[in-house]
Amino acid sequence: MISVKGLHKSYGSLNILKGIDLEIEKGEVVVVIGPSGSGKSTFLRCLNLLEHPTKGEIKFEGESITDPKHNINATRQKMGMVFQQFNLFPHKTVLDNITLAPIQVKKQSKSEAEAIAMDLLRTVGLEDKKDAYPAMLSGGQKQRIAIARALAMQPHVMLFDEPTSALDPEMVGEVLDVMKKLAKEGMTMVIVTHEMGFAREVGSRILFMDGGVIVEQGTPEQLFGAPQHPRTQDFLSKVL
Amino acid sequence: MGLYSFFVENIDYYITGVKYTLLLSVVAVVLGFILGAVFALMRLSSIKVLSWIAAVYIEFLRGTPLLVQLLIIHYGLSIYGINFPPLVSGSIALFINSSAYLAEVFRAGIQGVDRGQMEAARSLGMTKGMATRHIILPQAIKAVLPAIGNEFIVIIKESSIVSIIGVMEIMYNAEVLRGSLFEPMKPLLIAAIIYFIMTFSLSKLLGVFERKLKTSD
Repeated sequence: MISVKGLHKSYGSLNILKGIDLEIEKGEVVVVIGPSGSGKSTFLRCLNLLEHPTKGEIKFEGESITDPKHNINATRQKMGMVFQQFNLFPHKTVLDNITLAPIQVKKQSKSEAEAIAMDLLRTVGLEDKKDAYPAMLSGGQKQRIAIARALAMQPHVMLFDEPTSALDPEMVGEVLDVMKKLAKEGMTMVIVTHEMGFAREVGSRILFMDGGVIVEQGTPEQLFGAPQHPRTQDFLSKVL
Repeated sequence: MGLYSFFVENIDYYITGVKYTLLLSVVAVVLGFILGAVFALMRLSSIKVLSWIAAVYIEFLRGTPLLVQLLIIHYGLSIYGINFPPLVSGSIALFINSSAYLAEVFRAGIQGVDRGQMEAARSLGMTKGMATRHIILPQAIKAVLPAIGNEFIVIIKESSIVSIIGVMEIMYNAEVLRGSLFEPMKPLLIAAIIYFIMTFSLSKLLGVFERKLKTSD
């Protein structure tokens, strides 16, 4: 579904990503772990071109999205993204946050978009908040709305950029529960996270990144149970 | 003769003056607002030529006196056969001048919106234009509303300058009364009070409007 070849990203002389190759299949839940500054988030943001790769190719459903002629707006509709800082639209109600893109981009009717939005709000357990503004919500609620907003575009893959890192500890669970539900329903997901327990439980494949490359990857049992690379062993000994 | 009876006796002059001042200010505010938004977007455009044109426009208009701009438009352009009536020259000078200030206000507002807002909108498949219109501009305008209100108040006061080319706004009529009735103080004092009432009510009105917009915070 996603195919990455020789991906490099640098800012001036600072090399963040130094050659990443990866195939992600439909239905996989790929969890990316690694120390701060390892390039995890940059890698994820390259997948929907929020960051433009310096070198390399990314294909999504067979189409090269790094081709300059490619219309990225069309592809982004199929790739939902959830941010560390939620990035809800503060001047719009919860319902408007969710229906804006379906109405504007997919040209859904208002009633159709609202019906889908209400379904999603029920899924994330926040249907009573439809008329609230983001400022009135807790961090955990904001992030669940942000997930609903991304899902409203009916994406084929969901990208999560440290979705629980800005949350108070007692709110992490409610967001992870929503993500678990999604994974169970077979959504293809790429998740950058520091939640090792969650990675182990939900991930179908774990990538360990450090220094701008994928150092090691495998099933949760392989990577957490018997890490092969010394850098992986060192990292896991610090965080587990 | 007291100030009040002087005012009542010459009220027709002041009524005419207030009408013209309001007309000038509304035109300057509305057109300046629209043009200012256009130049702010041009200034921030990734197309270099647009950004450059906007920068020259903004810097030139902010860096030269309104009086000079007014006289160039009203008298200077006549050598090219362009002759506007005073009211038109006055309106043009005021709105292009305020558009330059408002463009800078808008630019600050747009740049002040969190980067994540544009990213979130784009990640949903919105084009840059859609995201600017639905996500960035509403937040930017809300953030700079006090500064815009301030600019509106400045316009009301600055409009007094167009009396010099013979637009019959408040200041022009005050000068007519001062010259013809040999009253050095009263006509000006009344003009000052009228300007103050206009700007003070506007600033109160904007305060109410601002509080209303705060509902989502």
